[in-house]
Amino acid sequence: MADKTFIVRIKRQQRPDESVRWEEYELRYRPHMNVIICLRDIAEKPFTQSGVESTPVSYDANCLEEVCGACAMLINGTARQACTALVDDLEKPIRLEPLTKFPLVRDLVVDRSKMFEDLKRTHCWIPIDGTYDIGEGPRMAPSVQEKGYPLSRCITCGNCLEVCPKVNQRDPFVGAAIVSQVRLFNMHPTGAMHSAERLDALMLPGGIADCDNAQNCVKACPKGIPLTESLAAVNGQVLVHAVKSWLRGE
Amino acid sequence: MTQPKIIVVGGGLAGLMATIRVAESGIPVDLFSIVPVKRSHSVCAQGGINAAKNLKGEGDSTWKHFDDTIYGGDFLANQPLVKGMCEAAPAIIDLLDRMGVMFNRTPEGLLDFRRFGGTLYNRTAFAGATTGQQLLYALDEQVRRFESEDKVKKFEGWTFLSVVLDDGGVCRGICGMDLRTMEIRTFPCDAAIFCTGGIGVVFGRSTNSVVCTGSAQSALFQQGVYYANGEFIQVHPTAIPGEDKCRLMSESARGEGGRVWVPKQAGDERAGKDIPENERFYFLEDWYPKYGNLVPRDVATRAIHKIVFEMKMGLVGEPAVYLDVTHIPRETLDRKLEGILEIYEKFVGVDPREEPMKVFPAMHYTMGGLWVDNQNQATNVPGIYAAGECEYQYHGANRLGANSLVSCIYGGMLAGPAAVRYSRGLESGCENVPGAIFERERVRQQDITDALLNQHKGTENPITIWREMGDIMTENVTVIRYNANLQKTLVKLDELSERFTRINLQDRTQWANQTLNFVRELGNMLILARVITMGALARDETRGAHYKPDFPERDDANWLKTTKASYNEGNIQLEYEPVDTSLLQPRERKYTAKA
Repeated sequence: MADKTFIVRIKRQQRPDESVRWEEYELRYRPHMNVIICLRDIAEKPFTQSGVESTPVSYDANCLEEVCGACAMLINGTARQACTALVDDLEKPIRLEPLTKFPLVRDLVVDRSKMFEDLKRTHCWIPIDGTYDIGEGPRMAPSVQEKGYPLSRCITCGNCLEVCPKVNQRDPFVGAAIVSQVRLFNMHPTGAMHSAERLDALMLPGGIADCDNAQNCVKACPKGIPLTESLAAVNGQVLVHAVKSWLRGE
Repeated sequence: MTQPKIIVVGGGLAGLMATIRVAESGIPVDLFSIVPVKRSHSVCAQGGINAAKNLKGEGDSTWKHFDDTIYGGDFLANQPLVKGMCEAAPAIIDLLDRMGVMFNRTPEGLLDFRRFGGTLYNRTAFAGATTGQQLLYALDEQVRRFESEDKVKKFEGWTFLSVVLDDGGVCRGICGMDLRTMEIRTFPCDAAIFCTGGIGVVFGRSTNSVVCTGSAQSALFQQGVYYANGEFIQVHPTAIPGEDKCRLMSESARGEGGRVWVPKQAGDERAGKDIPENERFYFLEDWYPKYGNLVPRDVATRAIHKIVFEMKMGLVGEPAVYLDVTHIPRETLDRKLEGILEIYEKFVGVDPREEPMKVFPAMHYTMGGLWVDNQNQATNVPGIYAAGECEYQYHGANRLGANSLVSCIYGGMLAGPAAVRYSRGLESGCENVPGAIFERERVRQQDITDALLNQHKGTENPITIWREMGDIMTENVTVIRYNANLQKTLVKLDELSERFTRINLQDRTQWANQTLNFVRELGNMLILARVITMGALARDETRGAHYKPDFPERDDANWLKTTKASYNEGNIQLEYEPVDTSLLQPRERKYTAKA
């Protein structure tokens, strides 16, 4: 019996300044395949459906269990992680494209360093005094931990930025992931002592005022992070902070 | 000399901690990583981190943690540093807590602890079931803070190729490749700290991430660094088998009460949830009543193998057993295990809160690694340090669950200051090393790459060679080892190495060429596979994760010693050195005693 096969269509671009082409590959179906296995199959036999020799597809991937954030791409037009995109669940032919809101590197690889830069700009860390042993951390109510932990599972994949109508390569909006991280650090007992720095950063161009509440982000998050809740909470913090700053004459 | 210069290669837990410690001492760090450091493999650690804080009134102590670790490792670990690690662990947890890790809490707002394999104490602090991710993020954030103060410079998207050695054999820098431009470049430094993680990709399918190839360790080995105890490979008892990788189902599932079982009647075709309690065989609880489902990983893995392959009692249709958490209240599962249950749900499409999970052992961790000394995480090559999974120091013949995170952080804490002391003590720094020394290494590496790019007659596919290597390594060099099969593996590795010389690169572009990088890694993996297999072949005993049915007992008279592999002009040699057992007398390792 002939093997069951299916088609994967991939948007290829060898360099940012080169032209785009679409390629189709016919792959042998096996149970439990995901998009990563498809890309590996192509690397093993980089011949298109019409038999033309191509090159293995460049793509980012690391943990393959949706906890590192690397393998985000557009799969059948939806921004998601390739590792959890199971072939059985996808409409065929499967269409793979790079995320569009970040500079393209090659094929399915984009440069998401903007997100890490924005984490820096918004002071997303707890400023500890040093790594020497100075005893225990602050006590924390379980209820605070249960609010904070889901936020701290953000994998910086960029899917929430991809679907945001306000994010593009020209405007500086930081996007929901970063705002949600600000909320996380402002929630921590030590982090809260320095919340003003983070809120100041979010009052600059590209800050929270750029959010126009489309609410696409929360639907795109693979980790189910309550991003709209974070946007609302931080928006509230920024307003209070702005009023207090004004009253203090700053 | 002027300000020393230190390089850290690898941005997982060990690398980030080493970076923080060096930056804290006022010395700038260049941090190299293949992936953005926040995407490092440490994120995959799930269950937790061990520290004997004794917050549950159980009388736990750092000495008991030490004893469990040495005993669990079947007495192959050098003892003084393991003791140091266990003593440092409570303060490490405090530090992580201060950094903002969202550890689970008790009603009093203190850290909560759960039980893990190989111990009878609740000693494992945890942040849901994504503890590694949470710890990595905390260190990543601290490093980002140093980066914003210009104390750390990151080179993300660079891969390590080799070290630059001067004519006296001292490390004076590293040579790396930019994975976007494919540029090969050298970077001078006074000391380099390697925290390059696991080697799972050598086994094809493992629980490891794509970057865990061991390529850096192999490259260092080929340049003169010893590789120790390579044959000690941990196979985790509970993973979801997969074609791209095996996904870990953390030991914490059992720490929270999860039970492993198979139907009493072999060939029972009913769904797991439909099989009544009295028709289930809880073989771990039956065979190991004292530790039950929480025996160490090597013990649990061999038990599952026995059930499936010897007793033919595995599940119908696939080699697997049940890992069952359905009896645990949903609220507890969601609060403490959500991260891993979500993985099962997403990849298998079944809710493990409702149905028992189907799991099988998978290659998970290397106890062996770069040889480092008993004090400073220093390798035998001056200026080269190593910390984390890539070195061999802390776990002996088998690692206990939740000890890896603490060993990574402790190793990084030692390596950073040790590299600083060494650099400050140098008579002459890397700035005085002639440029020709660096150019020589750069040209050597460029030539290797050019040869691959210019090889137009190649016929061999890199992915095919890799899959074949992984298959034979998994078959013969994991759970059960026979000398005849290990011999066959060496023959196969010879064949693959020969075919590797005829590789077809398929992609000859000079921009983001992932195939080129993979092929370079593959060459290094083939050598590392040989080191592991040779070590296993030589060691005629059973100890921890190294199990030979033909030599079923631990043999302290002949084999209580560390394997040290060295490389000389293409030849791998094994030598041995004594284990430091100055603190605990070796005793029989037996988990079968009654409760």
